[in-house]
Amino acid sequence: MSIARIDARFAKLKAENKAAFVAYIMAGDPDVEASFEVLKGLPAAGADIIELGFPFSDPMAEGPTIQLAAERSLKSGTKMAHVFDLIKRFRELDQDTPLILMGYMNPVENMGYARFAQTASEAGADGVIVVDCPPEEADGLTDALDANDMALIRLATPTTDDNRLKTLVKRTKGFVYYVSVAGVTGVKSASADSVKDAVARVQKASGLPVVVGFGIKTPEAAAAIARVADGSVVGSVLVDAIKNSLPEKAPVNTKVLETAAILAHAVHTARL
Amino acid sequence: MSTELSEPAVLSNSYNLPDAKGRFGDFGGLYVPETLMPLVLELTQAWEDAKKDETFWAEYHSLLKFFVGRPSPLYFAERLTDYYGGAKIYFKREELNHTGAHKINNCIGQILLAKRMGRTRIIAETGAGQHGVASATVCARFDLPCVVYMGALDVERQKPNVFRMNLLGATVNPVTAGNGTLKDAMNEALRDWVTNVHDTYYMIGTAAGMHPYPEMVRDFQTVIGKETKQQIMELEGRLPDAVIAAVGGGSNAIGMFHPFIDDENVKLIGVEAAGHGLDVYNGHAASLTGGRPGVLHGNRTYLLQDDDGQILEGHSISAGLDYPGIGPEHAHLFDIGRARYVSTTDTEALEAFQLTSRLEGIIPALECAHALARVGEIAKDVGKGGIVVLNLSGRGDKDIFTVANAIGKPMSGM
Repeated sequence: MSIARIDARFAKLKAENKAAFVAYIMAGDPDVEASFEVLKGLPAAGADIIELGFPFSDPMAEGPTIQLAAERSLKSGTKMAHVFDLIKRFRELDQDTPLILMGYMNPVENMGYARFAQTASEAGADGVIVVDCPPEEADGLTDALDANDMALIRLATPTTDDNRLKTLVKRTKGFVYYVSVAGVTGVKSASADSVKDAVARVQKASGLPVVVGFGIKTPEAAAAIARVADGSVVGSVLVDAIKNSLPEKAPVNTKVLETAAILAHAVHTARL
Repeated sequence: MSTELSEPAVLSNSYNLPDAKGRFGDFGGLYVPETLMPLVLELTQAWEDAKKDETFWAEYHSLLKFFVGRPSPLYFAERLTDYYGGAKIYFKREELNHTGAHKINNCIGQILLAKRMGRTRIIAETGAGQHGVASATVCARFDLPCVVYMGALDVERQKPNVFRMNLLGATVNPVTAGNGTLKDAMNEALRDWVTNVHDTYYMIGTAAGMHPYPEMVRDFQTVIGKETKQQIMELEGRLPDAVIAAVGGGSNAIGMFHPFIDDENVKLIGVEAAGHGLDVYNGHAASLTGGRPGVLHGNRTYLLQDDDGQILEGHSISAGLDYPGIGPEHAHLFDIGRARYVSTTDTEALEAFQLTSRLEGIIPALECAHALARVGEIAKDVGKGGIVVLNLSGRGDKDIFTVANAIGKPMSGM
């Protein structure tokens, strides 16, 4: 499946005139089993695509929310092997929802590109986002992912001009992730107006669906983005819901899946 | 001496790295988030232009002479030489520079580049605080606001430098993430840069990070090795048998080593921080002798990391060496065997700190004390009639509280 799974999902959404609700959570946050409960509940809550973060000790583009999620995950003992195992168990339950791994270069380097790509693909991942791997450094990893029919998803940003965009979209498959603000995750917010032109530009250059993330915090904001882009990505809000449920006695997944369902509804009804 | 204008500003020897992709062999490169890519490429272009501009270098050298106080002396450390009874030991006296360390050489160059690029805000990371002080100093001199990220633990153990930075008008932001040391400060500086892309210049303090920093910082620091070469020729009529320097990120060492790379008879010896010992898991900061290759902070280099690719915090009593990576050029010189890297434990560094103070009347920075701890063996190895030059890259005033605590004579006050 892999890239085909991503393409099929966007085709289905397009036919329904819906934007994708893209949900991000960190694998192993707060621990492997609790994050599996969240992960397996996301499709029913309305997630069309799942971004599964793999933790890194030094996440230099993350705001405090995702930094803390990575810390919780690592502190609970999460290893890359657990991350792949989570995906494998998810795939036994769901064969249609694209799953994208998202993280930083060193854990990938540490495994070696070939072994990383093969292991991720066998587990059932469809694409990878590596935050600190720009096109200039991506050939080796892209080759390995190509060999396993997986997509290296690119990030385009407000600092990406037309020239840069040409470099960026080479060898990109699946979709492009437009980072709507210059900054770290979960802090600043962008208005839908300001991203509309950028999304059109990236769609044109890549010929691929464009999802928008960073700083989308409310159902209203997620819906506004859904009207101008092919998908809204929400991460920090879901991760915060996990964090906030930790002191409570209720299972971690209850609150976060409720939050996801509200956001998903807003995204899916935005174009009505 | 006439280092000001007469010689080519940037050394050209047969060794010509990094390549166009910012690589030193397998190391270096450009591993940064896409938001930063256009900025890093713009910086590379600005640096390429500045490199060819004589007026840029004229201003740099003028500031080094009149503001920093260069050239720094090459000093015969007579008592230490007698103490060990081997080769003659010379100190390159970088600790006599304005602000007390080699860091200012780099900051002068980068502030001129930042001005040239029209940037209006400077950010920097610091470990021991020497680069923070140097950054704050040039920002005061050039009237630019300066924000320094410093690990909370380092703020605690380097209070005098925090006070200096504040006096100079800089804002010091303590970083509590991770262990609160240099790597965490660098993460936070990168987060600031990715957020303030339009006006901010990131003044990296060591020859590490993404291209072009390893090359640029090196080129601003090679003034150390170039002066040394000229001075030793004047004093001894020949090149030294070995040059030795402490290595954290590695800017003072690469500044000393680089002009000697073509001189095959000159041994290049870097000294890493062995902390509690290389055999203690996560107990040292020796990236080359106790780590393996990976990617962090924009470049591929040797790193302290666990089996799963998570970065270890490491440990050194010296805040300036307490970093889990090393500049990519050192990684390359290590791999090809042109430079040799050894290590010094906390305890050995503390002994060398005290010995040098008593024998030479010079209180060295704890960073340099790591090199000083190995200089005796090297001088003996080279033997009588030989010459060894040690880069005394900083003075130890900032470290007296740390040392006092470590040797069981704590001081109250700061």
